[in-house]
Amino acid sequence: MTVAPQTDPGLTSDTVKSMVWTRRHLLALEDLTSQEIVAVLDTARALKEVSTRSIKKVPALRGKVVVNLFFEDSTRTRTSFRLSAQRMSADIVDFSVSTSSVSKGETLRDTARNLEAMGIDAIVIRHRSSGAAETLSRLVQCSVINAGDGSHEHPTQGLLDVFTIRETFEAQGRKIADLHVAIVGDVAHSRVARSNLWALTKLGARVTLVGPTTLCPNQFADLGVAVSHDLDSVLPHVDVINLLRVQFERLTSAAFPSLREYNRFFGMDETRLQKCRPDVLILHPGPMNRGLEISTPVADGPRSAILHQVTNGLAVRMAVLYLCIGASGDNASGP
Amino acid sequence: MKTTRSIKPHHTTNADPVLIVNGTVLDPARNFQGAAEVLLVDGKVAACGTGLSAQAPRARRIDAAGCMVTPGLIDMHVHLRQPGQEHKETIATGAAAAVAGGFTTICCMPNTTPALDNDTQIEYVLTQASRSGLCQVLPMGAITKGRQGAELAEIMLMHEAGAIGFSDDGVGVGSAAVMAKALQYIKMFDGLLSQHCEEPTLSGGSMHAGTAALRLGLGGIPAAAEELMIARDLLLNRRIGARYHVQHVSTAGAVDLIRQAKRRGESVTAEVTPHHLLLTDDLCAGYDTRFKMNPPLRSRSDVEACINGIIDGTLDCLATDHAPHAPEEKQREFDQAPFGIVGLETALPLYVKALIDSGHITWLKLIELMSHRPAVVLGLKDRGSLAVGCRADITVIDPAAQWQIDPTEFYSRSSNTPFSGWQVRGQVRSTIVAGQVVFENIGQTSGQAPGNRGSRP
Repeated sequence: MTVAPQTDPGLTSDTVKSMVWTRRHLLALEDLTSQEIVAVLDTARALKEVSTRSIKKVPALRGKVVVNLFFEDSTRTRTSFRLSAQRMSADIVDFSVSTSSVSKGETLRDTARNLEAMGIDAIVIRHRSSGAAETLSRLVQCSVINAGDGSHEHPTQGLLDVFTIRETFEAQGRKIADLHVAIVGDVAHSRVARSNLWALTKLGARVTLVGPTTLCPNQFADLGVAVSHDLDSVLPHVDVINLLRVQFERLTSAAFPSLREYNRFFGMDETRLQKCRPDVLILHPGPMNRGLEISTPVADGPRSAILHQVTNGLAVRMAVLYLCIGASGDNASGP
Repeated sequence: MKTTRSIKPHHTTNADPVLIVNGTVLDPARNFQGAAEVLLVDGKVAACGTGLSAQAPRARRIDAAGCMVTPGLIDMHVHLRQPGQEHKETIATGAAAAVAGGFTTICCMPNTTPALDNDTQIEYVLTQASRSGLCQVLPMGAITKGRQGAELAEIMLMHEAGAIGFSDDGVGVGSAAVMAKALQYIKMFDGLLSQHCEEPTLSGGSMHAGTAALRLGLGGIPAAAEELMIARDLLLNRRIGARYHVQHVSTAGAVDLIRQAKRRGESVTAEVTPHHLLLTDDLCAGYDTRFKMNPPLRSRSDVEACINGIIDGTLDCLATDHAPHAPEEKQREFDQAPFGIVGLETALPLYVKALIDSGHITWLKLIELMSHRPAVVLGLKDRGSLAVGCRADITVIDPAAQWQIDPTEFYSRSSNTPFSGWQVRGQVRSTIVAGQVVFENIGQTSGQAPGNRGSRP
């Protein structure tokens, strides 16, 4: 009988040991230093190899309990966290809101405290209200990992995007600080955009937000990025294009006249791809509205890293669970 | 340091005469500030001057040494939550909070459950207030039935029953047509219309629409929402001339609209709150719902504009918008939590910090804005002054006393305030309503408190 290695060389490497990670929670990338972001990316790189083994498991979080507390529908992120926890040997429970006490009017505070009373180590929360993860972190002692709060942040998505960018350009000997990244679409309502914005700017990348004025207001320039409303003029100058999903569920009133018009001016298709640098990297956080913000040939084409993002999401979430739960042990020093 | 605070409800007007001695009288209505005694007889001011002891040898003496003796403070904007939301506040607990904060008259808003939109509801509030025996509580009636903005409520009946003014506060009257009718109707008896200015189609957010909201991913309430409704109302009222009052002004543009209208001689008055003079929208970072109010905390330049509006007389009154909420309501997600903070027990020292400590206005002006001007705006000729014959509503203030705001000591049933722990200056020593001492805070004298004056925690 073949036994998979029970230790992971990555987790005991000098890189991981020397890093300074003391956070119990991952709430927002705006809170992190560039060193902390790099620490997560390095840990994720070490853990990525686990998913390629025939027995996809390391014992790092054996005996730890993680709860997926999803107040919004999500298949991809919930599954990704679930698999990540399992690959780290943690027990993971899905707490589904539609069938739970929440639908009976229980408050976030009571739900969380009840879960915590069952002796859990981490809550992965997805919530429609911006700030819900931070609010939760003030109510419980266990780790809180933000899996997307309203229009605020989606830190693990931001990390996996940056991980994917770094992995791709590292092969060419280029650093994130050398890159120019466009984030295109409904920036105003996008938690993915905010997490990307902070991670990329902290690592020194140049960021340009692109979208119609109603979805990409100029005030974003106050956050240290460029803002453009003309995608075609931006395309030749960027190394990465992160296409945001048009979020119909978050648009409170018509922010653009029609899907056709949006697609004409802000949709990524092969014609626009011709205007880009040949080595441009196309990202999309999913789920895609094919034919709206991204055409099928672009999504499935050679410049697209969309499926790599999904793969890398596992490694990044394994790293985040490992670091946050690890930090909530004896040496925990607050959020 | 130990202080002894007490609330003493009164249920009679047959009190012994009261003589307040050794204090500095501030009576902005007569532009008077100086050492004087005040004699209160039969619930009215009988005399204000020197050597009054001989006139009333048996009067109860209140020693106001080191203190200011001012006409009772008037707050024209509070929420008392009764009927319907007594877990947040009642008329009695709200009145206790009011007298502890130095207020002798408060106006409560009609956004109760059900709304105060008929004469029976108005009588109910007045009866409850009378039973509590503390300050005067004057209800505002709803402008529209159920505060729904569609049909006029029974405004004249409420006026007859004692409503001091009319407001749909919590929301503005969204329809221009309904608003025009309301102004015309209320003009019939020269009533007061007090508007929460927020254009509903621009609203729906949970904080000021600025960079902080963008960063936090929270829906914004733009300054234009407030300014648009003020501009609309001013245009409508130009041909009507009703007594139109703008509640809780929070934006630079709003101050400017009111300033221009006043220059044109239009009938408009306005109020402001302490939090819009001391706090800004960036404090919402961290999603602390104690900073969630409506109108929302705005930008630094809006704060400065409001202060300038006070200095130049554009803004008439200093109110509180006292808005109690239960902890479980405020502990919700930021966008789900209710708007508002309590203010009655912190307003005076916070206004001192915002306006006097920073050198913007004098104490005499502060008392004008917290007592005399609200009385004028509300049309209450019997208060807001210490002239002979006025109601014996008096606030005795120790202007130097330094203390720390501690919500656990509030008389209010709620403690939702972002000012917890703030070091402040200026404390109410006695509150006298209709000649009777209803609140006293004894045992602390000025100058003994430790330092940290004016510093934020």
